[in-house]
Amino acid sequence: MSIFAHDVTFAGVDVGDSLPAVTSKPISRTTLALFAGASGDHNPIHIDIDFAKAAGMPDVFAHGMLGMAYLGHLLTAWVPQRAVREFSTRFVAITQVHAVVTCTGRVVEKREGNLVALEIEAADQNGDVKLAGQALVELP
Amino acid sequence: MIDRSFIGRSFPPLHVDVEAGQLRAFARATGQRDPIYWDEEAAKAAGYRALPAPLTFLFTLDQEREDRFYFINAMGIELGHVLHGEQAFTYGAPICAGDRVTLTCTCMDIYDKKGGAMEFVILKTQATNQLGEDLGGMTGTIVVRDPK
Repeated sequence: MSIFAHDVTFAGVDVGDSLPAVTSKPISRTTLALFAGASGDHNPIHIDIDFAKAAGMPDVFAHGMLGMAYLGHLLTAWVPQRAVREFSTRFVAITQVHAVVTCTGRVVEKREGNLVALEIEAADQNGDVKLAGQALVELP
Repeated sequence: MIDRSFIGRSFPPLHVDVEAGQLRAFARATGQRDPIYWDEEAAKAAGYRALPAPLTFLFTLDQEREDRFYFINAMGIELGHVLHGEQAFTYGAPICAGDRVTLTCTCMDIYDKKGGAMEFVILKTQATNQLGEDLGGMTGTIVVRDPK
């Protein structure tokens, strides 16, 4: 079983409702190395400071898809994964090493077919938005 | 400038096995707290036939190639200048450990902004499993920045 209640229903949500926020642990260089291996994204710009500097960046930075994985946790802590029909994001800004990412979301629309549209966001400890996206979930 | 003749072109389909160990490593690396993503019993109790792949995992499956920078190299893009602009997923049947997934990636568009200082590549990937079920797909926007 999931550790989450997953008891959200279409009738039980209203436009403006917030999803329970989800916060990551600080993103360390180890986090990025492990995510590079596990996600298959081996772009050295995320794990090799020499490469990053040669490419004109001051340091390595987090994979966009790490932030998107955190946004995914926000969704699947709220509803079972099979409820999620669409999930998208823009990578608004680079997520730096040592960032603590908090994911938040809110209901923006209820549609026919028990569909609920969400706006979701990932921001660092300074409140700077790193990812901004949408999701569409189908609720019982 | 990226060769615009890539627009509309598909890359050779990729056949990839979804492995439980890979799913567990992904769960660990992302700080996943829900045991359905690493514990088979928990997954089955939640109604899955095996460990489910998380929402963004199609992106990871697409990396399981001999050349994981396949389109970047094919298009002659400088890897260090690549940024991920946007990513979108749609979902069909669940992807689970033990599945064999076929991914087909097509270049939908290439365009530039700021007088060519930034180029954008739109790639759309469709996925099916060994039963021919539609798994949904993903669309990615890759931004190539000119460091000058």
